[in-house]
Amino acid sequence: MSVAPMETEETGTEGLVVPDKPWVTIVWNDPVNLMSYVAFVFQKHFGYSKEKSAKLMLDVHEKGKAVVSNGTREEMERDVEAMHGYGLWATMQHDE
Amino acid sequence: MVASFRKARKGGLSVTFGVAELRVLQRVFGEMLELLGPADEGGEDDPLAAAVGIGTATTAPEDPALARLFPDGYTDDAEASSDFRRYTEPGLRAQKREALETALGTLEEPGQRVTLTAEQGQAWLRALNDSRLVLGERLGVSEDWDELVESMAEDDPRLPMFWVYDRLTFLEESLVQALW
Repeated sequence: MSVAPMETEETGTEGLVVPDKPWVTIVWNDPVNLMSYVAFVFQKHFGYSKEKSAKLMLDVHEKGKAVVSNGTREEMERDVEAMHGYGLWATMQHDE
Repeated sequence: MVASFRKARKGGLSVTFGVAELRVLQRVFGEMLELLGPADEGGEDDPLAAAVGIGTATTAPEDPALARLFPDGYTDDAEASSDFRRYTEPGLRAQKREALETALGTLEEPGQRVTLTAEQGQAWLRALNDSRLVLGERLGVSEDWDELVESMAEDDPRLPMFWVYDRLTFLEESLVQALW
């Protein structure tokens, strides 16, 4: 297991700040990642159903991008890092 | 015969490679490890930071293939992306190296069955996908790359690389289905 410095760094504020959920993780379309693989990753990492994973994958493929998760900034950093680990092209931003 | 992954007992997987496929995989995975560089790169001037996985790189790698493996983390915030990169890139680099090394370590002689645990299968999945990302970037792969290949002359120097890309794609597809 690798060390996750971001998590230890943020624990100091836990319990003091009420977490809001204004951040989203976006996965962008790319010509290399397989459709089956992208859906597999969504199912495995986020625990989404097969149907929801397939729907999100198709959104990425057809619309060029999809919001795949939302949460606190720290949660989204973990999701983006995990997506990069899988080789998906993901970024995070403030929810609009 | 073309190799593909199959489900085996107890959630495991099996695959048998011929000599050509084996050589291609060893070469591609080996070159990927070279491209990724040493696991501890970037943290040498700050051993403590390196020990906890904090790197020094703050901008995307210049090599587009490496930039594809380690993209910016924020949609439109260069400063936050720099911080994100310092905290995540060394760990991601190590994870990608480990997956490639695991995959390389499971290879057997040509024609001998390779048996994998589900966990090793996950490492193979990452190794194959990262290799395709890099090859895809080098080849300028687009959504309709198969049409491009069909239009190429027989002696086009890019064809062997496309063949490798195609084989890795087929292998990865079979692995996703076997792991699902």
